[in-house]
Amino acid sequence: MSKIASFEELKALQAEERAKIAVRDGQAPNPANLAKHHVLVCAGTGCSSSDSMEVMAALEKQLAEAGLSAEIDVVKTGCFGFCSLGPIMVVYPEGTFYTHVKVSDVPEIVESHFKSGQLVERLLYEVPGTGTKATDMSSIPFFQKQKRVALRNCGTINPENIGEAIAHGAYQGLGKALTSMTPAEVVAEVEKSGIRGRGGAGFPTGKKWKFAAGYQSDEKYVVVNADEGDPGAFMDRSILEGDPHSILEAMAIGGYAIGAHHGFIYVRAEYPIAVGRLEVAIAQAREAGLLGKDIMGTGFDFDVDIRLGAGAFVCGEETALLTSVEGKRGEPRPRPPFPAEKGLWNVPTFVNNVETLANIPVIFTEGAEAFASVGTAGSKGTKVFAMAGKVNNIGLVEVPMGTTLREMIYDIGGGIPDGKAFKAAQTGGPSGGCLPASALDTEIDFDTLVAAGSMMGSGGLIVLDETTCMVDIAKFYLEFTQDESCGKCPPCRIGTKRMLEILDKITLGEGTMEDIANLETLAKTISTSALCALGQTAPNPILATLKFFREEYEAHIVDKKCPAGVCKKLLQYSIDADKCKGCTLCARNCPVGAISGTVKEPHKIDTSKCIKCGACMEKCKFGAISRG
Amino acid sequence: MACTCGGHNEALFAQLDEVIEQHKDMRGSLISVLHKAQGIFGYLPEEVQAYIAEKMDVPLSEIYGVVTFYALFTMKKKGKYTFNVCLGTACYVKGSGKLLDKLQEELGIGVGETTEDGLFTIEACRCVGACGLAPVVTVNDKVHGHLKPEDITKMIADIRAAEQN
Repeated sequence: MSKIASFEELKALQAEERAKIAVRDGQAPNPANLAKHHVLVCAGTGCSSSDSMEVMAALEKQLAEAGLSAEIDVVKTGCFGFCSLGPIMVVYPEGTFYTHVKVSDVPEIVESHFKSGQLVERLLYEVPGTGTKATDMSSIPFFQKQKRVALRNCGTINPENIGEAIAHGAYQGLGKALTSMTPAEVVAEVEKSGIRGRGGAGFPTGKKWKFAAGYQSDEKYVVVNADEGDPGAFMDRSILEGDPHSILEAMAIGGYAIGAHHGFIYVRAEYPIAVGRLEVAIAQAREAGLLGKDIMGTGFDFDVDIRLGAGAFVCGEETALLTSVEGKRGEPRPRPPFPAEKGLWNVPTFVNNVETLANIPVIFTEGAEAFASVGTAGSKGTKVFAMAGKVNNIGLVEVPMGTTLREMIYDIGGGIPDGKAFKAAQTGGPSGGCLPASALDTEIDFDTLVAAGSMMGSGGLIVLDETTCMVDIAKFYLEFTQDESCGKCPPCRIGTKRMLEILDKITLGEGTMEDIANLETLAKTISTSALCALGQTAPNPILATLKFFREEYEAHIVDKKCPAGVCKKLLQYSIDADKCKGCTLCARNCPVGAISGTVKEPHKIDTSKCIKCGACMEKCKFGAISRG
Repeated sequence: MACTCGGHNEALFAQLDEVIEQHKDMRGSLISVLHKAQGIFGYLPEEVQAYIAEKMDVPLSEIYGVVTFYALFTMKKKGKYTFNVCLGTACYVKGSGKLLDKLQEELGIGVGETTEDGLFTIEACRCVGACGLAPVVTVNDKVHGHLKPEDITKMIADIRAAEQN
């Protein structure tokens, strides 16, 4: 692409590029000799892991063999969000939504869909409870309650083609800001939108920009926090993979607002696809004159570099992240001074999360009022949740702030699998907490989650069912934070270790009621004295489970039982003599020979030998073995 | 300081020289150089760290500090096949802990260890982001999803069989 010399040129280019891919809007392409069909194949990490790129290669090859290459374009795209149906393929202009597509399905798709014009029924999504097949996305309940703003271009464009991004409005917000607004007006617009940071605590983004703009310095930086560390959260990765230009555009807008000419994207090395897409996007944006010197002929210079993380959760904390960008051990620094005053290499810097930035261009193209018209009083816009765990529809879900947990888990998520009961929803990752069934109708935003004893965090939403032990879950998170504690401050380094030891004791059946009191005291001390957010929020999983599921802790301590049947030491397997037929299957499968009995007589388990592996219970055909 | 590159191929150090040269004007480049060095050598033994310290004029203690701080850097050589079990929340609640138990039982080694024949390494990681496929294990970056403990047995047997042929 040649250099875009002015904002007017960019606007004209948008119309031209959009016409080229009009097939995806259900129209004829312009020029008319372009392909009549576009097949979009998800190339996100989820679908790629189930071989979507092999499917794409097979499709391209077979279309070529059938002489259909000129008529049908095969395009890689970003995440559609419905990851449990992957690999996903969408055919335009029809909008046909094919799921679980394997390489072996490709010949049938070519023959049936493209040669005979017949949909491949068996690859369509069946709407649960209706027996009908959904032919396009609009008839799938998972998509119906969603509102895609941050994810607007994921699954609609080829992220490695800047022309398609421009067709969908990329860099229009930057053009508008550079040509018709002063830096102060840009900051004011972001403030007016009410947008709050999507990475954790929900700090108002406009305020962050205003502080950084207020400090005088020849050198300033824009830094993107793409060190998405919360296990189970993958929205930032999907945005980087599906729409990298939205982040570059937002960085440039931010740079203009605070007077910075350079930005860094700090991204996890564990996200190779995202890193690759960013590299391509940066190169294409430079070539098009949308990054680099004299952007769109406005005289504004801005460029971007990538820095890779190396596997340290604490680097998601902004000061630790900045230290890591500088090439050092990623230990946090005391705040104040905040990064707005002394950030990267001690100069004014703002650090924003990926999802936050993906929203910024929209504020400029649609206006701050339009952005603020969605959401709740204190939390504007939409939020992307990564819904996973014990829920039918796993994937990325973007909903207006204020949507209830029930709508998310049941209407969008399709409920809990295997007829199990909902127990809790974990939000906010290791820094968050969990909400019990009584909170299902809470309208979710930054403030209601905090009031309910949890937090938004980056938007991980793990659904837990009755087979999850809440003490074990608290222990799981403490193992995580204890392992990831950088060790700089004692409350976090020693405190998380002590809390973990107590939880370990409880799950082994050696706990006392005093341990609960000790946990509460430790939690309070650590949350008020740790240096950074990692330590300050580390006790949250314990506090939240104690608040809502205290009886489970007590069952472990007093009754020496794990009600969910998870904590091995507390399990007892026994055989119901009335149900046992004496088939000997259990005895033959027991790895330690703990089961004895004669044929056709009820068997017995020697609990002193039993290692509680559960093999007998899985094998028994008569339901005679129980766990308690 | 004399080169102590011992058993290492000089060609690898020549590649490392190139990397260091490419990064010489980059501010805060140490982590980037270490990533590339690990890509070249497969791990970051002391001699590689010492070499980088010398060439970049950074104290070895600082390099060692960075290498040991970040989980992705390793000072131990890995096996030909690295099994990485995802212990992210989504995988954990779907039983990835049992996959890890099975793997350790089958191979007789713990997390972070390599079998004596140099074939297998076990690692555990926090979320590869393929939560729709939970529980997942990656083998040399290839993601395997929806696994049960018995699948682990088969995967190991398949690799052993392939290696013998």
